[in-house]
Amino acid sequence: MMMVILVGVTVLLIAISVAQILKIAELNAISKGSNVYEISDKENKLQGTLMMVFLLFYFGFFAWQYYKWGDLMLPVSASEHGVGIDKLMNITWLLIIPVFIITHILLFWFAYKYAYKKNNKAEYFSHSNKLELIWTLVPSLALTVLILYGLNNWNKIMTPVNPEEEHVLLEVVGQQFSWGARYAGKDGKLGRAHVNYIEGTNFMGIDASDKNADDDVVVKGEFHIPVNVPVQFVFRSNDIIHSAYMPHFRAQMNCVPGMKTQFNFVPTITTKEMKKITNNENFEYILLCNKICGAAHYNMQMNIVVESKEDYEKWLASQKTFKENI
Amino acid sequence: MSTHHHHDQDFLFKYVFSTDHKMISKQFLITGFIMGFIGMIMSTLFRLQLGWPGESFWIIDKLLGSWAENGVMAPDKYLALVTMHGTIMVFFLLTAGLSGTFSNLLIPLQIGARDMASGFLNMLSYWFFFLSSVIMLISLGVEGGAASAGWTIYPPLSALPQAIPGSGLGMTLWLISMAIFIVSSLLGSLNYIVTILNLRTKGMSMTRMPLTIWAFFLTAIIGVVSFPVLLSAALLLIFDRSFGTSFYLSDIYIGGQVLEHTGGSPILFEHLFWFLGHPEVYIVLLPALGITSEIISTMSRKPIFGYRAMIGSMLAIAFLSTIVWGHHMFVTGMNPFLGAVFTFTTLLIAIPSAVKVFNYLTTLWKGNIKFSPATLFSIGLVSTFISGGLTGLILGDSALDINVHDTYFVVGHFHIVMGLSAIFGMFAGVYHWFPKLFGRMMNNRLGSIHFWVTIVCAYGVFFPMHFLGLAGVPRRYYTNSEFPLFDNLMDINVLISMFAIAIAFGQLLFLYNFVYSALRGPKAPQNPWESNSLEWTTPVEHIHGNWYGDIPEVHRWPYDYSKVDKNGEYIGGKDFIPQTTPLFENETEEAH
Repeated sequence: MMMVILVGVTVLLIAISVAQILKIAELNAISKGSNVYEISDKENKLQGTLMMVFLLFYFGFFAWQYYKWGDLMLPVSASEHGVGIDKLMNITWLLIIPVFIITHILLFWFAYKYAYKKNNKAEYFSHSNKLELIWTLVPSLALTVLILYGLNNWNKIMTPVNPEEEHVLLEVVGQQFSWGARYAGKDGKLGRAHVNYIEGTNFMGIDASDKNADDDVVVKGEFHIPVNVPVQFVFRSNDIIHSAYMPHFRAQMNCVPGMKTQFNFVPTITTKEMKKITNNENFEYILLCNKICGAAHYNMQMNIVVESKEDYEKWLASQKTFKENI
Repeated sequence: MSTHHHHDQDFLFKYVFSTDHKMISKQFLITGFIMGFIGMIMSTLFRLQLGWPGESFWIIDKLLGSWAENGVMAPDKYLALVTMHGTIMVFFLLTAGLSGTFSNLLIPLQIGARDMASGFLNMLSYWFFFLSSVIMLISLGVEGGAASAGWTIYPPLSALPQAIPGSGLGMTLWLISMAIFIVSSLLGSLNYIVTILNLRTKGMSMTRMPLTIWAFFLTAIIGVVSFPVLLSAALLLIFDRSFGTSFYLSDIYIGGQVLEHTGGSPILFEHLFWFLGHPEVYIVLLPALGITSEIISTMSRKPIFGYRAMIGSMLAIAFLSTIVWGHHMFVTGMNPFLGAVFTFTTLLIAIPSAVKVFNYLTTLWKGNIKFSPATLFSIGLVSTFISGGLTGLILGDSALDINVHDTYFVVGHFHIVMGLSAIFGMFAGVYHWFPKLFGRMMNNRLGSIHFWVTIVCAYGVFFPMHFLGLAGVPRRYYTNSEFPLFDNLMDINVLISMFAIAIAFGQLLFLYNFVYSALRGPKAPQNPWESNSLEWTTPVEHIHGNWYGDIPEVHRWPYDYSKVDKNGEYIGGKDFIPQTTPLFENETEEAH
């Protein structure tokens, strides 16, 4: 309580003293015959200069962050389509950063250069069809390139894996606040599942009467995928909307109760190789929840292991099937 | 006794149930700022948690009480703070506070009207807003806590109290408050539209209106088009929550049992929500851009460059804003073809936005710029509009969005382009029109210090968030410390939090300047910024009907600054020609 009173008194005292200083400044200005609200030449010059100082600060801050944190960004993409996304991202940066720099230089430099001076005259320049045409057309052209290139990528990414092709079919189910994954097994088919069947350890709600479910493999905590083989993901949720986010693979898809969503990618770098690339012995690929889903949303994760096909098959064979588990 | 009673009534109708647009404007401003300060304090509190996760803070203990045992906020209460911060800032400060203040103040004054078309509806609009503010604040104190499902309140999280405690009574009050808020917004918007279309003074054609009025006009239209959709979304959610319907719910297993809801889809809610949610961005942004256009032109002593292009770009933005909502839903599993369409429409918005930026730059070029605090904040707005707008090209591109969706990259982007731009526009407006609001002047020196503290700290808070996002950090995480992946990023969070604390203290400068100037500031002269528009012809003290005698007639557009004749002499002898001045001999009206 004492503390509160002290803080309150301090704030009050500061307020009163600032008020007094302001009052004195105003009286002073009035006594000199100038209006307090009038902005003096000196003030305009100061603010104009501060504009340039700010420009330097802003660019400096930008560069400093890049220098300091540039290495902390996500490492190279560990999936095939992710390489395309990264390339598109870099092209977009190449477009954005120069525009950012040039427009900011113009903005703050104009503010500095054209700060008010009593004898200066502003130029009466109200429109120019030519200029306006230029800055409508140039962005339009740049955007056309971005849109076309972007959509080309988008269509490729969103095309499901051809079922004839060799692939892994993997279902990922989110629930408050954990993930489960299910492999289709030898028959390549996922057994029927619905929340009505959830019971005991069968947290994914698999229908035991469906023969396709017999060889399904359910795992928690960690799932494995083989390198260079397409993985077709199917996503479900038992309760709230979750989002399966696998940043290293540039992959994300929402898990929505009442419907199935899908995404697919080809992992290209094994966990072991990535440990070397990132120079980090403890590196793990990770699946995390990226849609607000409740109190422990911040801690809903599953490890992903990318390994050679042989290792993957060995690991999968060592897991119990759904039938063996019940 | 009777005179005393009479006096009471006067007070009541002058200050409380006023139908005068100028008083209503002040009511919106002050209510909006109170809400804004509450929203800001919330953000400072959760920044403490994010910067120093799990540490006990005296201030958190004192302010949050049972939400934070031993001074550490509970994870679900962190989400409640995030949710309420977003709701309050987006709707209460930047929608009602910004539009409500300046549409109300400037529409009648700048078009030459005695008041709004309906003073009574205008009063109702404020009181519905007031009521919704009170309900929203009450929801902070109810059992289970305030709404905690994010300001976007996606079901099923927002529909099921089993999912998070805040989805109980707190969420009910949130929905009721928002329904009332929408009524307020619609009453206001309809009034603005009717007033602008019907009550312009003689000579005030649509293309002689200041760009502020154009901005308020289009904002009101977007509001009328999109807010009712949010109302219907909220109503259906109320049905799902309380009456057992299944618009948004299906196949849910929670708390050990399967719910009976079947057949609904939360994606439907997302569509309905974002049909308002995205236009909402422009509902807060357009008024700020309008205010900036007016201030940059006046203070550069130059006509706004490309008046018609400015109107055209606002029309384009207003139209496009209603057909881009799907870019919030690229990863919901919607048809990839739809994703492609929304990418296309979204990126198109960059074109009118670019036109606006270049027009601002050209307006400053060869100007004679007077740096009032309003000028500073307007230039700040152009900077934030560029900095935040450019990263929109990444988020609007469906392929790129996959990996930055819902990360801190998004938080950085929209806080800069929408949050900062809109609040900078609002500050600029308050500094510029303070003499019209309170008949007194604000202190310029304090105002400029306020600006520099604010812009430096604001970029300090939001710029590093892009890096967090590119490192894959999701938003709405109570702490990032559960993942070894994010351990190296702790420094960034500490830096952000320090800037966040500094910016909060910086706003005390404004609060002080505002209160002090409103009560004790020097008396305002008739036309302190030597501006052309009509509001500066009204008497400094507020009178009913705005003008003594007839409403002045308008003879020209509002941007005749520094207009010179063939000899290079100012036409009319000064560097500005008010709209009420008839054309001089040999002068042609600017074919703007």
